[in-house]
Amino acid sequence: MITEKTITDFIYREADLLDTMQWQAWLDLFHPEGRYWMPLEWQQHDPVLQPSLMYEDLLLLKVRVERLAGERTFSQKPKSRCHHLFQAPQIIACDPEAGVFKARTSYIYTETRGDMLERFSGWASHDLVQVGDSLKIKLKRVDLVNFDAPFGNIQLFM
Amino acid sequence: MDRYRNNALAIDALVRDAEVHRDVYVDPEIFELEMEHLFPNSWIYVGHASQLAKPGDFITANIGRQPVLASRHTDGAIHVFYNRCPHKGVKIASEPCGNTGKFFRCPYHAWSFKTDGSLLAIPLKKGYEGTGFGDAQANEGLSRIRNVVVYRDFIFVQLNDNGVSFEDYFGESLSTIDNMVDRSPVGKLAVVAAPIRYMHTCNWKMLVENQTDTCHPMVAHESSAGTAVKVWKREQGSSTETPMAVQLYGPFMSPYEFYEQSGIRIWPNGHGHTGVANSIHSNYSDIEGYVGQMVAAYGEKRAHEILGEVRHNTVYFPNIMVKGAVQILRNFIPIAVDKTLVESWVYRLVGAPDKLYERALMYNRFINAPTSIVGHDDLEMYERAQEGLKSNGNQWVNLQRLYEAGEQADVTAVINGTSERQMRNQFHAWAKFMTIDMGERIEAAE
Ligand code: FES
Ligand SMILES: [Fe+2]
Repeated sequence: MITEKTITDFIYREADLLDTMQWQAWLDLFHPEGRYWMPLEWQQHDPVLQPSLMYEDLLLLKVRVERLAGERTFSQKPKSRCHHLFQAPQIIACDPEAGVFKARTSYIYTETRGDMLERFSGWASHDLVQVGDSLKIKLKRVDLVNFDAPFGNIQLFM
Repeated sequence: MDRYRNNALAIDALVRDAEVHRDVYVDPEIFELEMEHLFPNSWIYVGHASQLAKPGDFITANIGRQPVLASRHTDGAIHVFYNRCPHKGVKIASEPCGNTGKFFRCPYHAWSFKTDGSLLAIPLKKGYEGTGFGDAQANEGLSRIRNVVVYRDFIFVQLNDNGVSFEDYFGESLSTIDNMVDRSPVGKLAVVAAPIRYMHTCNWKMLVENQTDTCHPMVAHESSAGTAVKVWKREQGSSTETPMAVQLYGPFMSPYEFYEQSGIRIWPNGHGHTGVANSIHSNYSDIEGYVGQMVAAYGEKRAHEILGEVRHNTVYFPNIMVKGAVQILRNFIPIAVDKTLVESWVYRLVGAPDKLYERALMYNRFINAPTSIVGHDDLEMYERAQEGLKSNGNQWVNLQRLYEAGEQADVTAVINGTSERQMRNQFHAWAKFMTIDMGERIEAAE
C-alpha cells in the first residue's frame, strides 16, 4: 500500500542516490516512459513548444549517465559532485485507487567541480506511478527560481 | 600601462598571416579597445522586429559597454536610442523587453519621452524658462542612434557615424538570413520566447572561432554526440525510425572527410559559413506537410532551392552566428576579457508546422544550453584555452591549417571545409575594425 510516507521516502532516496552518485540506481527509479524536465519559463505548461533547459526521456538520461564516466569526457576531469538540501516534501496527491501520486519539494541544490561551487534554488515536482510494489518517476520537473539567469555548466541532476 | 591605446601598429602586429598573439584573448586593455572601437565600428545585432510587434514595444541590449533601447513608434517605425535619460543619465528601460505604452517615463524625476525619443514633458517645466534649456542637448530627448537598418526584420545598428555602410559591411553574406526567412512559407520569422542564456568564462572570440572549427566535433564531442550514437545503437530495439534527438546529435560525429567536403565560404569583413555543399543539417527527416506548403508558396523549383541550402554555421562578424536550417541565432555578448554571455534565440517559421519549431527548440537545448552535454564539451575547451594562454612558452595561437602564401583578404571564396581560413578572415577584419578610426592608421593610409 502506497502511503504519503512512501512518497516522501522515495523522494529522499532519489536525492540520496544522486548525492552518492549511484547513477544506475537513479535511472532505475524512472518509468520507461519517464521524463526529466527543467522549464525555462515561469509556470511553464508546454515542454515541447516552449523552450526548456532540459526535457529528456530515459534514453537521453542514459546517454548523460554513460557520458559522466566516459574516458574522453573532458568536462568531467575533475568530476562534479552534488548535494541536495530539502524542505519536507509537500504531498499534492496520494490516491492509490486512481494511481496518482504527486509531491512538490522546495530545495537548494549545490553542484561543485574542482574549486567551483554553484548553488541553485527551486522546486522539484514528482509525478509518480505505481509499478508492482514500488513507485516510478513519470515526470520529475525542476523549476529553478532563476530559470532565466545565465548559468555556467550544469552537469549533474537536480 | 597602455600598450595598445591609439597604437594601430601594435594592434596590427597581433595578427600575423596565420597566427594571432594571445593578447587578443587575454589582455584587458585589448578588450577595452574592442568595446571602444571594434563594436562601435561594426554592425551589431540588437534584436528582431517581431519582438517589437506593437507601438510602445521595446527591447534593450548592450553594444560593447553601451546600453541601448529599441522601440516601435506609433507610426510603425523602429528607433534605437542610447538607454539613458538626458537629465541625469538614469537607464530608461531596465527589462529585456516590454511595452511602455504611449511614452517612456524616467523613474527618477519623471521626464517623459515619446516612443520616437523626443522629449514629451518635464514636471514643473517653468523651472527651465529663461535657462537656455532650448539649446541644451537634453532638450532633444533620448539620444538616437542614427545608423539603424532593419534587414528582413533583423535589427542591426552601428554606433560610429562614419563607419562602413550596411550594404558594404555585409554584402552577399546576407544570403544566409534570406534563406532562413525564406524557409517560412509566408516569408516571416517570429521570436515568441526568451533565449537560452549561458555564461562562459572565456573570451568571446573563442566562441566565434569555434563556429567554423570543423576539426573539433568528432574529437571534443565524442563524449556527448558519440555516446548518444552508441547508446542509441545498443538500445533502439526493434524501432527503425531514428528519433529526432539522434538525428540532431549523430552528425556531430561525422568524419573529417565529411567536413572537408562540406566546404567553407568566406566573405569580406570577416563573415563566412560552413556547410556549402552539405552540412550536419542535411539529413533531417522531412516534416509532414512542410514541403507541400513550401511548394505551394514558392513553386517547385524555388522551394527546393531554398530547402536545398543547408548552411551549417554562418558567422556575421563580429559576434553573431546564424543557423538558417534550424532557425537559431547565437549572440556572443562580451562582458569582460574572460567572460561572455551567450544568448541563443530560436525563431519560429511563421505558417510552418509546429514540428519545425519543436525541432529548433530541441536543437537549442541539446547544443546551446547550460544543461547541454555538447555545450559542456565546448565550454571545457574554451576555459582550458583561457587558462592555457597564460603560459609564456609560446605566445602565439596557430591558425595555419590549409594556409597558402599570398592568401587574399576581404574576398569571397569557397574552400576546403577543414580550413582555418575563416578564422584568419575574422582576424583580418578584427584588426581592420579595431583600428579603422584610430588616428595613426588613417594618416598612414593617406
Ligand atoms: S534622471 Fe531621468 S528624469 Fe531625472
Ligand atoms: Fe563544438
